[in-house]
Amino acid sequence: MTSVLTIILQRLGLGLVTLFVVSIVIFTAVNLLPGDFAEAILGQGATPEAVASIRRDLGLDQSPIVRYFQWLGNMVTGDLGTSFAQLNFQTNLGGGDLVGVAEQIAPRFANTMFLAGVTAAIAVPFAVGLGILAALFRNSAFDRATNITTLSSISSPEFFLAYILILFLAVLNPVLPSLSNIFQGMSFGERLEKTLLPALTLTLVVTAHMMRMTRAAIINLLASPYIEMARLKGISPMRVIVRHALPNALAPIINVIALNLAYLITGVVVVEVVFVYPGIGQLFVDSVKIRDIPVVQACCLIFAAAYILLNLTADILSILSNPRLRHPK
Amino acid sequence: MSGFLTLVVVLGLIAAGGWLFRLIGQKATNNKPFFRDMSYAVAFGYVLAAAVLVFAIWYYFQPVANEQGVANAGVIFFRWAVQGLIFFAILAWLFRLLGRTVGTAWSKKQFRSMPLTAAFGILMILVYAFLAIFAGVLAPYGQEEIFQQVNALPGGNAATGGNPDHLLGTDQIGRDLLSRLIYGAQNTVGIAFATTLLAFFLGGSLGFLAATMRGWFDQFLSRGVDVLMAIPSLIFALLLMTIAQVWAPRTGIPLTVFMVVIIAVIDSTRVFRLARAVGMNIVVMDYIEAAKLRGEGLSYLIFKEILPNATAPLLAEFGLRFCFVFLTIASLSFLGVGIQPPLADWGTMVRDLAQFINFAAFSPLTAALPLMAAGAIALLTVAVNFVVDWMLHRSSGLKE
Repeated sequence: MTSVLTIILQRLGLGLVTLFVVSIVIFTAVNLLPGDFAEAILGQGATPEAVASIRRDLGLDQSPIVRYFQWLGNMVTGDLGTSFAQLNFQTNLGGGDLVGVAEQIAPRFANTMFLAGVTAAIAVPFAVGLGILAALFRNSAFDRATNITTLSSISSPEFFLAYILILFLAVLNPVLPSLSNIFQGMSFGERLEKTLLPALTLTLVVTAHMMRMTRAAIINLLASPYIEMARLKGISPMRVIVRHALPNALAPIINVIALNLAYLITGVVVVEVVFVYPGIGQLFVDSVKIRDIPVVQACCLIFAAAYILLNLTADILSILSNPRLRHPK
Repeated sequence: MSGFLTLVVVLGLIAAGGWLFRLIGQKATNNKPFFRDMSYAVAFGYVLAAAVLVFAIWYYFQPVANEQGVANAGVIFFRWAVQGLIFFAILAWLFRLLGRTVGTAWSKKQFRSMPLTAAFGILMILVYAFLAIFAGVLAPYGQEEIFQQVNALPGGNAATGGNPDHLLGTDQIGRDLLSRLIYGAQNTVGIAFATTLLAFFLGGSLGFLAATMRGWFDQFLSRGVDVLMAIPSLIFALLLMTIAQVWAPRTGIPLTVFMVVIIAVIDSTRVFRLARAVGMNIVVMDYIEAAKLRGEGLSYLIFKEILPNATAPLLAEFGLRFCFVFLTIASLSFLGVGIQPPLADWGTMVRDLAQFINFAAFSPLTAALPLMAAGAIALLTVAVNFVVDWMLHRSSGLKE
């Protein structure tokens, strides 16, 4: 038991170190920018006095190392800074309350998590079920058809699938709304309805990979002697797969599910833009376009953290479910 | 709600039909093993497939327009899809037939064992390569040429707002869409190909070097790659593109060049991992030991000893990597930070034409415009994936 705990703690520590290094990479990348933030904030109307005052306010006159640790400290305590768009608005027009990046991101982050949650709730059972069926009827017409369909949907860009779904489910047969304008105070049902089309798109993207891995994991096991034994006992093929093969194939399946949820993070950006879904991905793309560095930095760090966390979960789960990995030689 | 109810009823009928089908089969054939041992799931599958087929045929022959002359867009799209599928299947079959009869003994043998999907993939890759190379000759106009009539509808019928000179119409500033679609093959595919080559050059050479040298050099590169891979690639690309947007006007280098380098570096990390892993397995072989004892230099070891033995996995990886790079570039362009105008490019075209999709009920051809650009991207990646899938399947031997 203690060995499992140490392994998990080790992995968590490794994840934290990775996150720390990633934050350095992000910070350095942003600091490669020519000129500095002050000019970027003020844009065209940069006077020397204004530049100097903003430099002082943001602490840009300090050394990069000091700035990095200040930035990291702020990040850890939840202060993600203020977006340039907001600062620019205030310095040029005056007045108005500043909304910090943290307050900007928080509701959008919740929306994105909701979208990811709905997607996972649809995709995981669907993919595993389809994978089991494909393994059960391997090399049949059904298996080949699913193979071709999933291969096609893996290789299509997200926006292609999104527009196809919009065409058929929103324009030609208006069953679902094609714009996901979600606001506070919506009932759960309304939210779900608006989220369904983006979630279906992401499901198409993610299912294919999960289903193929489930199929491969089960088929790999079917050659083992104990499956042969179960078959010779006269158990039905479905029972062989569900009772005998599936529990042993669970480790790679769980692993691939976690990895695909990590992949969702990337997919979410494009899909949110297509459906104008008010999530963190859309905020990220908008900020990239107007070069709003604090927001880009914060979003990037959040995406990376989620990605690392999910990969870590996959790692830990596969160690937990496979005793052989617990005692490496 | 009634639609949902209909669905439940239809599924219930199919479920009953499956049971009935098996029962009738057992009775009619006097318990032949095929029907006797049929599980219920298989019977259900047969009836479901039959029901879908019947519905598809029925739907295909629905009228394309109702009595008032309003187009029934769903049927039109469905017909296009079915016709496209049949057309491509026949084309792939003919291509495979051609490959089996014409060519060297080696190529004939390859085509003989090839599934239809792989033949389709190879054919599509050839078509795209042809379009990309000869875009300047094939396209009726230049990609930056601007015409009088803006927003001409596709179809070339002047009565419905089209223009016979522009088969697919013109965009919002009057550029011929057919020409831009064809030039898109040159720009999007060409840039993606160049990026993949660069990524392979970087990742492959560093990976083999790390596998041969080991020690601190290997440790340093591997840990660096680990960190870079901890950031999701599209997110990292977007972050770096933000910075490149500021650099590009200052240095005078086009943003597209920055994009190629950024994506190549990000993707080279994946190539590095594979090249290092493959190289590690080769480096421990006896013939490498012999070459080392002969006193061969590092470059000889890498290019003459390791590289020839690593081509098969690297080639498959090249196909997959190309798909990823191609999709990343298309996504970036779609988001507005990729290939920059005036270069014609499919991702940007999808974004610019996307709102036309709402006109599907009135003018299906107009609504198909954004789908054509997006479909052009999808078709190539699907084709490459089919070929890679076949190659991997063949090299791994026939598994159950």
